[in-house]
Amino acid sequence: MHVPDGFINAPVSLATGAVAASAVAVCLRGARRELDERAAPLAGLVAAFIFAVQMLNFPVAAGTSGHLLGGALAAILVGPYTGVLCISVVLLMQGVLFADGGLTALGVNITDMAVVTTVVAYALFRLLAKALPRRRSSVTAAAFVAALVSVPAAAGAFTLIYALGGTTDVPIGKVATAMVGVHVLIGVGEAVITALTVGAVVAVRPDLVYGARGLAKPLEIRRADGTVVPVEVSKAAPRPVRKIAGVGLVLALALAGFVSYYASTSPDGLEKVAHDKGIDTRTEQHAAKDSPLADYQVKDVGDARLSGGLAGVIGVGATLAVGTGVFVVVRRRRNRAESAAPVSETV
Amino acid sequence: MGAGHAHKLYRHARSPVHELPPHCKLAAVFCFVLVVVATPREAVWAFGLYALLLAAVAGAARVPYGFLLRRLLIEVPFVAFALLMPFVVPGEKVGVLGLSLSEPGLWGAWNILAKGTLGVAASVLLAATTELRALLLGLERLRMPPLLVQIASFMIRYGDVVTDEMRRMRIARESRGFTARGVRHWGVLAKSAGALFIRSYERGERVHLAMVSRGYTGVMPVIDDVTATRAQWTHAAALPLAALAVCLTGWTLT
Repeated sequence: MHVPDGFINAPVSLATGAVAASAVAVCLRGARRELDERAAPLAGLVAAFIFAVQMLNFPVAAGTSGHLLGGALAAILVGPYTGVLCISVVLLMQGVLFADGGLTALGVNITDMAVVTTVVAYALFRLLAKALPRRRSSVTAAAFVAALVSVPAAAGAFTLIYALGGTTDVPIGKVATAMVGVHVLIGVGEAVITALTVGAVVAVRPDLVYGARGLAKPLEIRRADGTVVPVEVSKAAPRPVRKIAGVGLVLALALAGFVSYYASTSPDGLEKVAHDKGIDTRTEQHAAKDSPLADYQVKDVGDARLSGGLAGVIGVGATLAVGTGVFVVVRRRRNRAESAAPVSETV
Repeated sequence: MGAGHAHKLYRHARSPVHELPPHCKLAAVFCFVLVVVATPREAVWAFGLYALLLAAVAGAARVPYGFLLRRLLIEVPFVAFALLMPFVVPGEKVGVLGLSLSEPGLWGAWNILAKGTLGVAASVLLAATTELRALLLGLERLRMPPLLVQIASFMIRYGDVVTDEMRRMRIARESRGFTARGVRHWGVLAKSAGALFIRSYERGERVHLAMVSRGYTGVMPVIDDVTATRAQWTHAAALPLAALAVCLTGWTLT
């Protein structure tokens, strides 16, 4: 699903280009932290691997065959940062060298196929790996689910970008059903292949699989008299949460304040379907229709661009405030519960 | 890894286009495609002019038109999508050759076909006239992060090695009587993919150690620094500027 030129209009192409560039910048820092100066040769070889494995044909039935997309596989094998970099480089080279995917659509392609796929797959994989028992089979199972969801998620992201800046008038509802429907099928194949491949690597070199790092038993020293002493390993410095949060906030504000202007003013897919089918004739107006932010415009501000942008910024601020509030309350309650619980065991 | 690594799309020749510095060409192609994408689709004649511009560049670069047309085949999946469009887009129907097609759908199909084809043709011309290494140097000159350029250059250099490794695995499988026929055989293929990953990763480690023993500290030394003169920039800018003129005329006329 390499998007060609002319499929997405110029402003949205540039905006997704900015998103892709900042994501790649974050991943460059992350990969350097994970791999230090080994980053270039290792990520380069993994990118070559992804490029080669995309050419490996998996026969389905009756002459049809599919191939791996590799986002979930890269995320699980080499980690999310390096994974995003590898897929981005593969997409870049395919665009520049093989004319596969347009140059102006590079931002769309990277955002959609490198960033969304890898991040969704890795987040899901991590969650499942935490929830499932620490065994090899759970790594494979988590890889299956992560790959299964990542492909339709990318299709969903594409639909979103298309809704913002698609140049054709195919209704969003149809695009969403077609894209997600087809990609659920592709996702099943991707999931099977990814799980099998991850399983094959875990069986031979579990130390190479980034996602299976938790499986390694902690280092311990066994003395001659049979006593076992665990080795203290100094923990890595905590991640600079504040910096990440800052970058995220700036990105959200930029998207809400500036890019939202280019969003389609036509009703979204659901509203459109509702309108076409006459479902909405009986629906009442939203209770907040008189609120100063109704329909994402600030009342009493004339300029459409300023008004829409302002509404977006206020929306982000409100969401952030509510989210932080909930988080703080939960955290405080948990802290209180922990301090209230009697300390029963001594170490 | 010296000689013999020119990619299959590169056509060696001596021409003014081949001799332009790679970063000028990259910038020119990118701006050209951006201008094409920003052109209103109702200005049908503008796309004809763009095609003429590209044909002129191909002529100056001595790239045979047959080669260019063959490379355009990569677009076929999206052509299929575009051809579907007049049938699925709702809107006013017009009768064409006895079929009832929707008018906005026809416009959409035209839009994708024209802009996509021009974009692919521009990229093909760039790849046909620029060597791989020059392309990577050009990307670096255009301020792409050096680490990303390094990753890309390793990928390109070892792409053939890894692909060859995969081919050898296929030959090994086939010489043992294995043919993949359906879903039942995915396990074997996936094991090959896993082995390929381990081999690639271990090769990466070996390459890194070999580089470290030769004094690598995380940055690649720049041996051949390419610079562009003002005249070269002007030559490269001719294509996007001409396209921009066409685009602006298109906007004023429609």
